[in-house]
Amino acid sequence: MSVWAKHQILEKNSIILLLGILLMVAIGGLVEIAPLFYLKSTIEKTEGMRPYTPLELAGRNIYIREGCYLCHSQMIRPMRDELERYGHFSLAAESMYDHPFQWGSKRTGPDLARVGGKYSDAWHVGHLTDPRSVVPASIMPGYPFLKETKLNTRDIAAHLKTNKIIGVPYTEDQIGEAAKDILAQANPDTDAADAFLERYPSATVRDFDGNPNEVTEMDALVAYLQMLGTLVDFSIYDDKANLR
Amino acid sequence: MAQTKARFISLEEGFFAAFLVALAFACLIIAGKTYDQVMAFHTGIGALAAAVSVFVIFKSYFDSDGMPIPQEIDGKPNYNMGPVKFGAVAAMFWGIAGFTVGLIIASQLAFPALNFDLPWTNFGRMRPLHTSAVIFAFGGNVLLATSMYVVQRTSRARMPGKVLPWFVIIGYNVFIVIAGTGYLLGVTESKEYAEPEWYADLWLTIVWVAYLFLFLGTIWKRKEPHIYVANWFYLAFIVTIAMLHLVNNATVPVSVFGTKSYIVWSGVQDAMVQWWYGHNAVGFFLTAGFLAIMYYFVPKRADRPVYSYRLSIVHFWALIFIYIWAGPHHLHYTALPQWASTLGATFSIILWMPSWGGMINGLMTLSGAWDKLRTDPVLRMMVVSVAFYGMSTFEGPLMSIRSVNSLSHYTDWTIGHVHSGALGWVGYISFGALYCLIPWLWNKRGLYSLKLVDWHFWLSTIGIVLYICSMWVSGIMQGLMWRAYDQLGFLEYSFIETVEAMHPFYIIRALGGALFVTGALIMAYNLWMTVRHGEAEEAEATAAGSLAAAE
Repeated sequence: MSVWAKHQILEKNSIILLLGILLMVAIGGLVEIAPLFYLKSTIEKTEGMRPYTPLELAGRNIYIREGCYLCHSQMIRPMRDELERYGHFSLAAESMYDHPFQWGSKRTGPDLARVGGKYSDAWHVGHLTDPRSVVPASIMPGYPFLKETKLNTRDIAAHLKTNKIIGVPYTEDQIGEAAKDILAQANPDTDAADAFLERYPSATVRDFDGNPNEVTEMDALVAYLQMLGTLVDFSIYDDKANLR
Repeated sequence: MAQTKARFISLEEGFFAAFLVALAFACLIIAGKTYDQVMAFHTGIGALAAAVSVFVIFKSYFDSDGMPIPQEIDGKPNYNMGPVKFGAVAAMFWGIAGFTVGLIIASQLAFPALNFDLPWTNFGRMRPLHTSAVIFAFGGNVLLATSMYVVQRTSRARMPGKVLPWFVIIGYNVFIVIAGTGYLLGVTESKEYAEPEWYADLWLTIVWVAYLFLFLGTIWKRKEPHIYVANWFYLAFIVTIAMLHLVNNATVPVSVFGTKSYIVWSGVQDAMVQWWYGHNAVGFFLTAGFLAIMYYFVPKRADRPVYSYRLSIVHFWALIFIYIWAGPHHLHYTALPQWASTLGATFSIILWMPSWGGMINGLMTLSGAWDKLRTDPVLRMMVVSVAFYGMSTFEGPLMSIRSVNSLSHYTDWTIGHVHSGALGWVGYISFGALYCLIPWLWNKRGLYSLKLVDWHFWLSTIGIVLYICSMWVSGIMQGLMWRAYDQLGFLEYSFIETVEAMHPFYIIRALGGALFVTGALIMAYNLWMTVRHGEAEEAEATAAGSLAAAE
């Protein structure tokens, strides 16, 4: 029986055809995806990495909600122009707590992987409210509604708890106090802010949106933007540690 | 069944009625308990749709006096074409909606004032609406409608079930409505081309399993010994999309009463899973499914047999095996290990061959019928679509090469590449299929006007050419500007200077998009007039022998 005749077995039996298809399409994914869960370079831990604070996590969810990732990448490639334009290339460890990842696929605007600390809070607030007020040729949409919208903090503890289920190492204390912490990070010089800093020693407490009366979505988004790429200290990072 | 007495409600009707009643109550409970307004809105839609469906199931039972539907009339299969008609009309509607949203967001990039600074109209929320509307709403309805048509005709059997086919096509469109309104209201998982949140994903899973059983069920009833080649491609599309959907949407909801969920994968692993999904949404939704359309509609329209049976076997298995590896070429130079992205690129280049195998099989089917391109603009549209398929499956492997990718990635070149495939290949093969299908479904002798098809063809072709050329120029230019250095060794351009340089090309692109939308509007008018005023066909033509393979 020739090969072509043997193929008739598949053509005449839908279940065998279906199993054949499943086998064919399963192999590639298994070979490429499975090793990423145990290879050292993809699961390495780097000093400085910590889970997002409740306010940063809320800001990250606003970043996702508004589709920022569609025009801004968060993945600096190891090429001379990118290193000079954006900073040190992105490490796998830097997105280890990102559910989901925000590497992006298009740079209609610049990469944001290390935007934290590059501009002032006031610049971000002005830019997000009316991008063309600070960058006249910008084609970014304006988001003036962010600073007028009170941040929804109702179920933030549940958000942290869900992240813990899928592997982000939040402590019981961090989950329990999340509802207080999310407000405290935007209210400097309070007892709550001190308590917050004990739980997240490397975080910063500021009134991000310049409006001390309430914690808005602008507070959360700016808090997130200002911490992007700042966790790993590259002056002490050992870039040879991962070479083999 | 030669039963003439009224029957008791069937097991199938009873099952669907009970399931939908339960679903309506579950939706109402969630709508009542949630603080999340979008969740309340979506569960409201769900409850309403489920309740209306239950009513319709019982109404149709009583209207038919409980008589079973005949499987054959006068010795010919009594094909179930209602859901196919629904899908064809939905495809045209969503197509125009999706193309129009594309035109709006293209214009926003040229003129940012068009964002209106409102949450619901900004680019970031409209862009997933555009991609999902054209891929899943337009493309998905075309695939559902044509697959239901093709599998019935090539099996010479009626689709199983009375409620099941309607459940699949309407359930799918409810998913579209929930996904699309969700984006505008800010509900997204941010996984490109898989943005709908957990509850929409769950609903799609149910609909998809029903679709698989509907498709297999029709094959099981077939009166032909062989499963026709188009059905292999449809089956591969259905099965693989199910696998991709489940893995890429493995999320844990914060609460069943809220829309937000978190994906179990993180960072590098999530990126790999996403692009394994993303590239195979292209490979299996936008390629395998539409190749199935090519394998039925091109031979039918040209009235010629498929060029080579052996080539179809080889390129089918090679295509589905190789495509699944290609994803990581989206992640060159990222934190993904280099072996993975190189492996992806290697398979992408190998993929060129099976892709062109399909193109050759489609084009060579016209051997001896090339003269028809002069007289039949519908066939011309399908042939040009296969040519675009060949072009973009050559450009894809090229762009997956590491050094080319270092220039093209993150730029408009990618957008142009996607649209030569989406507008040229997927768009044109779908238009061709709909131009064939509408007269067949409504028993018309032909289309209302071939002249209008001509206009559609030329307007949209000029539109596509403007689109992809402007994106090539802007993409390559921006990539080169990013890496340009001046004589003193400093970066020559700031980022915003590269944005400013894009402006004229964004206007040309929007113009191309406008031409494409205009073409689609002409098509909708033509199809509408065909259904309303087309000349009725006397007797239904029997399935022609042109579908037998040439050997």
